[in-house]
Amino acid sequence: MAKILMKGNEAIALAAIKGGVDAFYGYPITPQNEVPEYLSKHLIANGKVFLQAESEVSAINMVYGAAGAGARVMTSSSSPGIALKQEGISYIAAAELPCVIVSVMRGGPGLGGIQPSQADYYQATRGGGNGDYQLICYAPESIQETIDTMKGAFDTADFYRNPVLVLVDGLIGQMMESVDFDRPVKQRILLEKSWATNGTKNHPGSRNIANSLHLDPVKLEEHNIHLQKKYKLIKQNETQVEMIHMDDPDYVIVAYGTMARICRSAISMLNEKGIKVGMIRPITIWPFPEQAFDQIPSTCKGILCCELSMGQMLDDVLIANNGRHKVGFFGRSGGMVPDPEEIVDAIVNFKDKVVK
Amino acid sequence: MEVKYQKSVGLTDTPLTYCPGCGHGIVHKLVAESLVELGLLDKAIAIASVGCSVFSYQFFNCDAQQAPHGRACAEATGIKRVLPNNIVFTYQGDGDLASIGIAETIHAANRGENITVIFINNAIYGMTGGQMAPTSLIGQKTTTSQDGRVQALHGSPIHISEMFATIEGVAYMERVSVYDPKHVIQAKKAIKKAFQYQEEKRGFTMVEVVSSCPVNWGMKPTDAMNWVKTNMIEEFPLGIFKDKGDQNA
Ligand SMILES: Cc1ncc(C[n+]2csc(CCOP(=O)(O)OP(=O)(O)O)c2C)c(N)n1
Ligand code: SF4
Repeated sequence: MAKILMKGNEAIALAAIKGGVDAFYGYPITPQNEVPEYLSKHLIANGKVFLQAESEVSAINMVYGAAGAGARVMTSSSSPGIALKQEGISYIAAAELPCVIVSVMRGGPGLGGIQPSQADYYQATRGGGNGDYQLICYAPESIQETIDTMKGAFDTADFYRNPVLVLVDGLIGQMMESVDFDRPVKQRILLEKSWATNGTKNHPGSRNIANSLHLDPVKLEEHNIHLQKKYKLIKQNETQVEMIHMDDPDYVIVAYGTMARICRSAISMLNEKGIKVGMIRPITIWPFPEQAFDQIPSTCKGILCCELSMGQMLDDVLIANNGRHKVGFFGRSGGMVPDPEEIVDAIVNFKDKVVK
Repeated sequence: MEVKYQKSVGLTDTPLTYCPGCGHGIVHKLVAESLVELGLLDKAIAIASVGCSVFSYQFFNCDAQQAPHGRACAEATGIKRVLPNNIVFTYQGDGDLASIGIAETIHAANRGENITVIFINNAIYGMTGGQMAPTSLIGQKTTTSQDGRVQALHGSPIHISEMFATIEGVAYMERVSVYDPKHVIQAKKAIKKAFQYQEEKRGFTMVEVVSSCPVNWGMKPTDAMNWVKTNMIEEFPLGIFKDKGDQNA
């Protein structure tokens, strides 16, 4: 397939189909509506399942059911809707079921606004659901990267029996870019879903159960230790980061998603001014690419964390930096998207931006 | 020796966790026997809800999922849509279905999801220790309505069977009870019919079972069954509220 011009949300939907989605359950919310709209047409036409649920709470529990039954299943939503899904997400992670969740962030808190934002970094990486669980969380910066991520997301979820969250902001969802759907995805060896609750006639002699209840504290702790082992493996194998101009930089920017793209322009402008700026661009935000920070030379004058929020990834940057360099923060929020010049200013006046 | 009676193969060997005189145990047996008699057990998927029956995934001898509080019908929908030829049923209490899960239940019914709901109405929150349920009777004392349920404060007992009979997607809605052997036999007929209808892909089927909770009602098992007969049935009359099979016949 040649390159085609496509809107971000529709590209997410088509990439999900290419990735093998069997079923979609969701509830309308701006700015992700084109995802279910596209899927409603194309899934049903191909004999797959599309269902508009009565709420996000219901949608995520439909995902739980279908995932347990062995289907490749997804939902998509935006900030307040993802907030409602947290209970179900915790259950799905606890029951070790695979699914894909797309989160197209808008401004918050509360009903907030509908313009692009990155204020749900905590929601994605810390979660609002109860208990010690993690989602494998991708934060692509372009429609192309979102497509590549979505195409592989179902395999990744199946491989680890864990929910995958694809986190983009409203700008990626709404803009159009020229994209290619034929780029290769990582090949994984996937096992049969012998655990699926699809009736004992499909697996005589054993009963399959999707469950998160362990009333015996010994059993529950064992389960948690088992989950942590899996999360450790994911950290080792799935952490993704792009390192940009990291040879002897004066400053290092850390940014993901749309903010990373704005920072790319800012970095070119800064280079023209003779200020060498590199960038650490996390592609997975959980697991967070902590080791990338070891490559920052000791001569670096500071790290600037840039976000479309009031400072959430900043926590991870501070942890990864571990006191080695000065850390500054630049953020806009509420749907305000900065010009590259604002980032240039923030680097030039770095001392005013230092938080630690 | 001839075996006159034995545990249904529709139940596992795990001992039931229910109190003596509790309706849950009786209804488990009826569900299990119905699935076995209809030959549906090996394609059945049970959804356990949150309440005293939370462990029903250990008791029904088929595949199962355990749903968050109130979400059983959503989970059942998710499964049934991807496995339309399996039998999917939920087993829910009145707190789970009629309070926190009312939206999920109504919309599953309204879509005509081809699932079966076994709804245990014991007029109280059993598992959490006897709090008021949406089905608690006026005047009923619970740990959160210690002077008795008052209409002006708490509203009236909610009538699920009457309400769901008005929903187009519902193919079968019957309210039964298990307070004596005659009614247990009737309850089994209803449950079997509901599963039969699901197998025939007729739409949403629900059986409401007016049941007991001797422990949280503070009664002996026999008194509890009597209280079902004398007090609960007056508020929740038994009968078939909707039967699409009949209309079509
Ligand atoms: C989200 C959530 N809220 C509250 C609870 C606590 N809880 C457990 S069981 C239950 C009530 C169950 O009552 P009912 O559905 O009537 O079933 P019964 O125990 O009477 O069979 C509640 C409120 C929970 N587990 N999850
Ligand atoms: S507490 Fe009530 S509902 Fe729960 S098992 Fe005991 S008698 Fe049954």
